[in-house]
Amino acid sequence: MSATMQTAAAPGTATSWYEASARARVRLLLDPDSFVEFIGPEKREVSPHLKLFDLPEQFDDGIVVGQGRLGGSGVLIAAQEGRFMGGAFGEVHGAKLAGLLRAARDIGPIPVLILFDTGGVRLQEANAGELAIAEIMRALIEARSAGAKVIGLIGGRAGCYGGGGLIAGCCSALVVSEQGRIAVSGPEVIETNRGVEEFDSRDRALVWRTMGGKHRRLLGAAEAFVDDSVQAFREAALALLGEVGGFGLDTLRKEQARLQARLRDFGGCADAVDIWTAQGVTDAAAVPALPADQFIDLANQIRQVSHDAR
Amino acid sequence: MEDLSLRRDARRPAGGARKMAIVGVVASGNLEVLAERVLPDHDCLVEIRTTATGFGDVWNAVVTDFVERYSPGGLRFSINDGGARPDTVSLRLAQAVRLMEGAQ
Repeated sequence: MSATMQTAAAPGTATSWYEASARARVRLLLDPDSFVEFIGPEKREVSPHLKLFDLPEQFDDGIVVGQGRLGGSGVLIAAQEGRFMGGAFGEVHGAKLAGLLRAARDIGPIPVLILFDTGGVRLQEANAGELAIAEIMRALIEARSAGAKVIGLIGGRAGCYGGGGLIAGCCSALVVSEQGRIAVSGPEVIETNRGVEEFDSRDRALVWRTMGGKHRRLLGAAEAFVDDSVQAFREAALALLGEVGGFGLDTLRKEQARLQARLRDFGGCADAVDIWTAQGVTDAAAVPALPADQFIDLANQIRQVSHDAR
Repeated sequence: MEDLSLRRDARRPAGGARKMAIVGVVASGNLEVLAERVLPDHDCLVEIRTTATGFGDVWNAVVTDFVERYSPGGLRFSINDGGARPDTVSLRLAQAVRLMEGAQ
C-alpha cells in the first residue's frame, strides 16, 4: 500500500465521521478538490411527494452523488445526509443512487463508494422508496458483475437500517465504525412487533452490541472496523479497493456457505456476548468498552478477513 | 408550510467569484441555504420555504440585518427551513456569503 502512504492526506483528518455532514465526509474523504457533483442542489431536484404532506424539502433530497479521486484513482461516490429525514430513501434520493450504480455498470470498472447514513425507506413515499431499494440492489449487482467494486462506509448517526441494510449486504465490502449500526429492522421496530421481552430498544448497550460496528466486524458482516475519523475511513476504503476480489457465481456460493456456517455455529446464541465467547474471545463482556485500536487487534486475531465470499 | 420572498437593495456586490454555495441541512431547528450569483450587482433576493408559519416579521428583520451587515449584492438565497431560530438563520446566511466570497 505504498501508493496509499504517498497520497496527500485530505485536510481535516481528525474530523469525526459521525459528526460530519454528508458533504463534509465527501470533501474530506476524497483527494482534495477532486469532487464533482452530479445533479447538485442548484438543480433543485426535490422530492415530488413531501409537499403533499406539508413537509420541507431539501435541494439534494438528502443524498450527494458525483465523481472524484481517491488515492489518485477515479471513483464514483454517494453520501446520504442522515440528519435530513433520517437519511431515508425517497423517490429522487433513491434514483440518484440507482443512476450512479448504473453509470458504474456502463462506463467500465470504476469503484463506487456508498456513504450510508439511513433509517431505510422514507415512509411518506414508501412505494417509490421500496421500488428504489429494489432498483438500487439490482443496479449494484449489475455494477459488480461488470467489474465494479462497491464499498460501503457506515458510521453515521442514522446507522444503516431498513433497505439501506439490504443494499449494504449487496456491497463488495463494508467499513464500519463503532457508531455505525447495520441491520434491517431497527430496535423500535423489533420491540413494537415482537415485544419488549424480545428486544428492549431503550437498552442502548443491547442495541449497540447487537447491531453496532464491533459485532458486525466480529461476525464477518463488515470487513474493516475503524476509529471514528474521516482519515480512518479513507485509509480503510483505499486498502479494501486493493484487496477485494471479483464477483461471480462462485462468490455467491461461498457467501451462501459463509452464512450457513454462521447460522450453524451461532444460531443457538441468545446474545452477541455468547457469540463472541463461542468465537474464542476470552473476556467477551469487555468487548463493548474496548478502545478502537485494541478492538482492531482482537478482531484480527479472532476473525481473519476473507475476501472470497460476499 | 409558508413561502416568503424578500427582496432588498445591496450597497455593493458580494465579493468573490464563486457561482454557488450550499450550507446547512433541513432538520428540526436547522435550515439549508443555497446561494447563487445570478442577480444584478445591487440586488439581493431571499426566498424562504419554512415549516413555521406566521413569522414573516422576524424573517424580514433577520434579512434586513443580514443585507445591512454583509451587503450580498448579486446573490439569490434559497432557504429550506425546518423551524430554525433567528440566530441560526443569521449564522447560516453569514456562512453562505463567506463561502461565496471564496475562490471559485
